[in-house]
Amino acid sequence: MIRVTVNGVTSEHAVEPRLLLTDFLRHHLGLTGTHVGCEQGVCGACTVILNGDSVRACLCLVVQADGGEIETVEGLGTVDNLNPLQKAFQEHHALQCGFCTPGMLMTGVDLLRKYPLATDAEIREGLSGNLCRCTGYVHVVQAIRSVVQAEKNGS
Amino acid sequence: MEAEARPKIIGARVQRVEDPRLLAGRGAFIDDVNLPGTLHVAFCRSDHAHARIVDIDSAEASRMPGVTAIFTAADIEGKMHPIRATSRMADYFATELPVLARDKVRYVGESVVAVVAANRYLAEDAAERVAITYEPLGHAIDPVAAAEAGSPLLHEEAGTNVIVTRTFARGDVDEVLASAPVRIGDTFRMHRKTPAAMENRGYLAEYDQGRRALTLHSTTQIPGIVRDALVEMLDLPGNRLRVVAPDVGGGFGGKGALYPEEILVCIIARQLGRPVKWLSDRLEDLMTTNQAFDEIVEAELACDEEGRILGLRAEVIGDVGAYSIYPWTAAIEPVQVVSFLPGPYRVPVYRGRVRAVATSKTPTGAYRGVGRPISTFVMERLIDMAAAKLSLDPLEMRRRNMVRAEEFPYKSASGIVWDRAGFMECLDGVATAADYKALRQIQTEARAAGRWVGIGLASYAELTGLGSRIAVAPGMPVNTGTESARIRVDSTGAVTAYFGIASQGQGLETTLAQVIAEELGVRLEDVEVIQGDSAVVAHGTGTYASRSAVLAGGAAILSARAVREKVLEAASHLLEADVGDIDTGNGRIFVKGTDRALSFRELARAVYSEIGRLPREVREGMDLEATRMYDPYFGTTTPASHLAMVEIDPETYGVTITRYVVAEDCGRIINPLIADGQVQGGVAQGIGAALMEEVVHDDAGQILTASLMDYVVPTAMEIPAMEIIHLETERPDNIGGFRGMGEGGTIGAPAALANAISDALAPLGIMINELPATPERLFRLIEAATTRNERRATRVG
Repeated sequence: MIRVTVNGVTSEHAVEPRLLLTDFLRHHLGLTGTHVGCEQGVCGACTVILNGDSVRACLCLVVQADGGEIETVEGLGTVDNLNPLQKAFQEHHALQCGFCTPGMLMTGVDLLRKYPLATDAEIREGLSGNLCRCTGYVHVVQAIRSVVQAEKNGS
Repeated sequence: MEAEARPKIIGARVQRVEDPRLLAGRGAFIDDVNLPGTLHVAFCRSDHAHARIVDIDSAEASRMPGVTAIFTAADIEGKMHPIRATSRMADYFATELPVLARDKVRYVGESVVAVVAANRYLAEDAAERVAITYEPLGHAIDPVAAAEAGSPLLHEEAGTNVIVTRTFARGDVDEVLASAPVRIGDTFRMHRKTPAAMENRGYLAEYDQGRRALTLHSTTQIPGIVRDALVEMLDLPGNRLRVVAPDVGGGFGGKGALYPEEILVCIIARQLGRPVKWLSDRLEDLMTTNQAFDEIVEAELACDEEGRILGLRAEVIGDVGAYSIYPWTAAIEPVQVVSFLPGPYRVPVYRGRVRAVATSKTPTGAYRGVGRPISTFVMERLIDMAAAKLSLDPLEMRRRNMVRAEEFPYKSASGIVWDRAGFMECLDGVATAADYKALRQIQTEARAAGRWVGIGLASYAELTGLGSRIAVAPGMPVNTGTESARIRVDSTGAVTAYFGIASQGQGLETTLAQVIAEELGVRLEDVEVIQGDSAVVAHGTGTYASRSAVLAGGAAILSARAVREKVLEAASHLLEADVGDIDTGNGRIFVKGTDRALSFRELARAVYSEIGRLPREVREGMDLEATRMYDPYFGTTTPASHLAMVEIDPETYGVTITRYVVAEDCGRIINPLIADGQVQGGVAQGIGAALMEEVVHDDAGQILTASLMDYVVPTAMEIPAMEIIHLETERPDNIGGFRGMGEGGTIGAPAALANAISDALAPLGIMINELPATPERLFRLIEAATTRNERRATRVG
């Protein structure tokens, strides 16, 4: 049995030792917002936050997350009430097909929590583990920059 | 207030309507579609490039836990009619398109055996226990060798590996070259790419035994084409065969063809009576999704002393891989290289010949840009090489040769007719925006300081929004020149619009809703766009070839106007006014200059529900719905110019893009936010093509770039901020005034970067005529040039 807390909800599950965290989230919990792009830890589409750090859910067995706290895209904001980062992505057209977007958002959340992101170069470096094939990243950088700016103005 | 009718929604920078669901993790991509009782497929794929299948032993695999069935080519024999991509083209051999390899395999990754099990884990476990015995056959890996007589044949019945030959010619180019004052040329090479959409391909088929109906959920760009093909192959009528594209995670052409796996899941679902799903993993994607841009171009340009082009000659070999894909054929990519090679320039005399050569590799298809990234790379390099020889500035060389405003419509040497578009305006626009003179000054100073800094220009024109007169692929039997739109105001007044196109991230739910909202006079949020479903319109082929804004947008305009006429007719009775005095806007229907008005909801109720509101003779036969097809007949021209400034690191040989400017003319812009995104994304893929992306095979045809660690696509670190100038010179001759613009970025960037890097390394005498210009290639070129220059210096000394 494993015990995990996902987006604030704790539950226990009997799982196979080889079950990936991605498959657990998607198929056992029905949280299909976390996407699988490569299963090799390269593309970053499956990025979630585990115990406060962004991780590749495709490289993580769910048993490794036993006792842990997981945040996924479903925990950010809803369709009717997007959070500030999600709103910034919409305002700046930082997504096209939307497949890499949940991973981009979770990496973005992690970056915004941990780093000052004073320059665009820092944002770009932070995003360098998340591949996007549609946007050319320009609007993604702008969206994150706008949230940094808004947080600065707000504080 | 209501005199301000119909606010301008086309052209507004509105936020996308599809975003909230995608941002909240509530999209519905193929693997988010889950049906109870679904079986999962894992494939045993060929690990040989070319081999005879001697034996398949699946006895052990069939006893593995959770395994339902195992299929080989023999097991599906007679369960479908085979398919080939036919064409009226002369000198073309249509290969078969096997669903599972029969008798022999022709590339590494080709599917041989399908294992069906309760879940993917168990299916993969069992697939590992299938034993396939092969007898290797001779390889046909190098396209030049494969084109020669005596090479091992991939398709014996063709008698050759050269499956397409085509020539475009105007005048006697040999004579022009023989007497030309200036003659330059080289062999150019663009290495193979793969689209690498972030979502892999995937298919889910469900068979309704009661209705005897099949539904295929597919990551496809072409649901209508797939439906029509499956109807023929599976002997089901179109009303019992539906192809639905859910949210699709990028396509770029890679999802724009019929694939063996999507045929197979249909056959299995029908036979087993259970939903059947196959999802590609990244390894399978990099081995089997149609690849692209694999050409060798030997080209020569003739000019007079003033730099005016006199003639152009090219011999192209396209490596098209093992099969001719459906429906586009193996011609789609390499033939475009020769048809577009003359570019936006006056080339009076031309001969371009292409040979498409089958090799033991993944089939190639229509990746973003299709042929034109290579044709532009070659032509723009030739222009710069000629300019250098004549000591002309590259900008001036282009100005002297570009088709001028007064020359439109201009028929190119290959027969393409360019309509009036901003060729020169884009070139001037990019030079002005970048302050070209100032950049040259900066470069001069950097060069004096010993730095490798260069500036590259690239200009091109593409044909977009093709109508029925010009087939997307030569001689193909599928009509790609028409799209349909069905618009319905239902009994609640809500507007639903149905299309045959299929978005993969282009934002068509938003842009088409903008078009309809403005034309019909409703608010953007009143319109729901349904697309990517073969069942919602009688005919539609999908989203590819930069066509959706022009064709589906055109159909949307016609259909919305037809619905609006019905709305006005009903309203004239309800508001007791002449049709000519009534207008619509913001979801209201009103008598101009008065406060007499109705909402769409009130009007819909009166038409459908409140019997007696309308005279019987008006109400009878009245619906608020219309379907219109749109065929622009010809295509429309989209030109652009790109400017790149780069610096090469003398230690890592990495290329940093310090400036990137695009000026393009896509006609009337529906949504500037989305237009910018299309340019940025296209340029990013072009940067990948120019600097890093390369599918590599070894001499035995094994693919060496089978993960995203080896097939390197650009990250946020490599793509610079860009400046984009949208020019609207003249509305093209189509109903919406739109020009297609989804592919252009990828067309211009490889050429601009090849020119910029060549310019940076000009002091060493290096020319970039092979892409991608990876650090390794640059290192080798620079090392060789340095050694060469040192030797020369020694000799002189």
